[in-house]
Amino acid sequence: MNAAPLLDVDALTMRFGGLLAVDTLSFTAFKHDITAIIGPNGAGKTTVFNCLTGFYRPSAGRLGLHRDDRIMALERMDGWRIARDGGVARTFQNIRLFPGMTVLENLMVAQHKTLMRASGWTLGGLFGIGPYRGAEKAGIEKARLWLERIGLLTSADLDAGTLPYGAQRRLEIARAMCTDPLLLCLDEPAAGLNPRESAELNQLLLAIRERDKIGILLIEHDMKVVMGISDRIVVLDYGRKIAEGTPAEIRANPAVIKAYLGEPEA
Amino acid sequence: MKVAALAKESAFAAFVALILAIPLVGFDTVEANGGIGIESRMSWVGIAVLAVFLGRIAIGLLPRRAPSLVLPGTGFLSRHIRVLGICGIVVAVALPFLPGSSRYLVDLATTVLIYIMLGWGLNVVVGLAGLLNLGYVAFYAVGAYAFALSAQYFHLGFWQALPISGALAACVGILLGFPILRLRGDYLAIVTLGFGEITRIILLNWGTVTGGPNGINDIPRPTFFGLPLAANAPGGGQTFAQFFGIPYNAGQRIIFLYFVILVLALGTNYVTVRLRRLPIGRAWEALREDEIACRALGINPTNVKLSAFAIGALLAGFAGAFFATRQGFISPESFSFQESATVLAIVVLGGTGSQLGVVIAAIVLVTLPEFGRELVQFRMLLFGAAMIAIMVWRPRGIMALRTPSVRLSSS
Repeated sequence: MNAAPLLDVDALTMRFGGLLAVDTLSFTAFKHDITAIIGPNGAGKTTVFNCLTGFYRPSAGRLGLHRDDRIMALERMDGWRIARDGGVARTFQNIRLFPGMTVLENLMVAQHKTLMRASGWTLGGLFGIGPYRGAEKAGIEKARLWLERIGLLTSADLDAGTLPYGAQRRLEIARAMCTDPLLLCLDEPAAGLNPRESAELNQLLLAIRERDKIGILLIEHDMKVVMGISDRIVVLDYGRKIAEGTPAEIRANPAVIKAYLGEPEA
Repeated sequence: MKVAALAKESAFAAFVALILAIPLVGFDTVEANGGIGIESRMSWVGIAVLAVFLGRIAIGLLPRRAPSLVLPGTGFLSRHIRVLGICGIVVAVALPFLPGSSRYLVDLATTVLIYIMLGWGLNVVVGLAGLLNLGYVAFYAVGAYAFALSAQYFHLGFWQALPISGALAACVGILLGFPILRLRGDYLAIVTLGFGEITRIILLNWGTVTGGPNGINDIPRPTFFGLPLAANAPGGGQTFAQFFGIPYNAGQRIIFLYFVILVLALGTNYVTVRLRRLPIGRAWEALREDEIACRALGINPTNVKLSAFAIGALLAGFAGAFFATRQGFISPESFSFQESATVLAIVVLGGTGSQLGVVIAAIVLVTLPEFGRELVQFRMLLFGAAMIAIMVWRPRGIMALRTPSVRLSSS
């Protein structure tokens, strides 16, 4: 296992009025690892993601992202900055594609940062000067590569909203990957997939870890996916961490079994 | 449909028509010994009710077809869009020289082109970025007044003032953009509507600078590379006609103005089409589709929204400067909500996001009231009916099909 830390979550707390959604949660995700966050419904998993990606501002605690030998304090950054400068990409529990744009366009929008710079912040691109033409070609090439990897090459020019559900899930992951992230946060990527599709998803995520050498943070209910690919698992219940460890350790942990199955009757 | 049900439906429609027709056509004002009296004319009401009743039956008897949710483009139109565009430009360039062309026709075409330009500009804001703007006329007014005032106080000509008008309108666009960044949909529409009215009222009441309701007079006409299009040049210079050794006639100026707006409109088209294929254009469309997903991809929604507002305002500013130079006189009256509504109607009827749709809708919406002049007071009724017909016939606009900004197959 690689020991270099990627993300330090330190005493993260998120309060909504009287509700303590996340309670002094601390864990570390490592580079090139798949870290899963699991827990019963309402345990605060998605809230952790929303804090991490800037959609919520945490009530307390620190989120330190290791990037290029320095640590970025994500809790103080705007959501779009976290994605652009921090390199944290995410997908959503209920898919958020750009349904009226084509599959290829979805992947091009994800490369906004690179292409915007190449187009000279629009001015160069507008008058056809500068490196934009080449950059756009490279962007299309990159999109084509990802379409091949998720098996959607033939659907490139279709509207994203017309794709079947499983394909939309894969496309959302590819779109997140097109931002060149350091850390990919996936919010229930296997939800609504059939067994064959979720096996394909496992392959895709393992390939991302192997080939793209990035860290993955995963929220998932599908235990086949979680146990099959995770390097580490963090278990939440009522906003608190109740266990952390390898899949084998988690499977045998009595606190986890209690949270999922309830206490045996006395 | 069963006969009884159809009769019931038709009777209901006739009843609604009755309620509407009594105040609308049921009474007429007449002159009665020095004053004004009211005369009822219930026969008109009867005609209206009968027409609606029979019309409803006729619609019920028509074969029903399932409403198609996804329109397959406009078939022919969208397949030959490039050819159509070139034909359109050729016709537009040749228009003043065609047989049967008249001063009136060229003037009307100039008006149509102003609305096409405004439509293309608003299309960036509404069609691409999805920000409903009901106060677009404000930027048009800023452009017009910027030119009129800089001509009055600094004696600038049209061509020198044109960039100033655009830049000023764009600045106002950004200024307006800031407070409304968090708003969407209905709320955004209400605030922009208010902004449009505020601008008009400022122009109306800031009499010392804008001339208030009297407006601004003697706005200079554009010159052809410094050559005025007039009977004689001020200060003993040459006029356009003298320079080219052709006899002067008043129609030359009309045709020149027509070509100025044609060039401006084509420039607008070029810029907006190009922008759509650049990252900024894709970001606009992505913002319309899903703002949260945009943020998750590292796109700053503030910049994207402000740039859409600024570009839309810039183009309206150019159009406004042209409007001022064409009229030679502007007053706040020209910048009422009616204008914003017309431009928005052009964009929506044309099919939001479609360049050709805007052209078709602008031609229909501007020329239809002209053709209806003989109908006098029923002109607006015809206009409204045409708008309803387009929306029933094509709920997503005349040109509903979106062309992707980039294709895998062609690259």
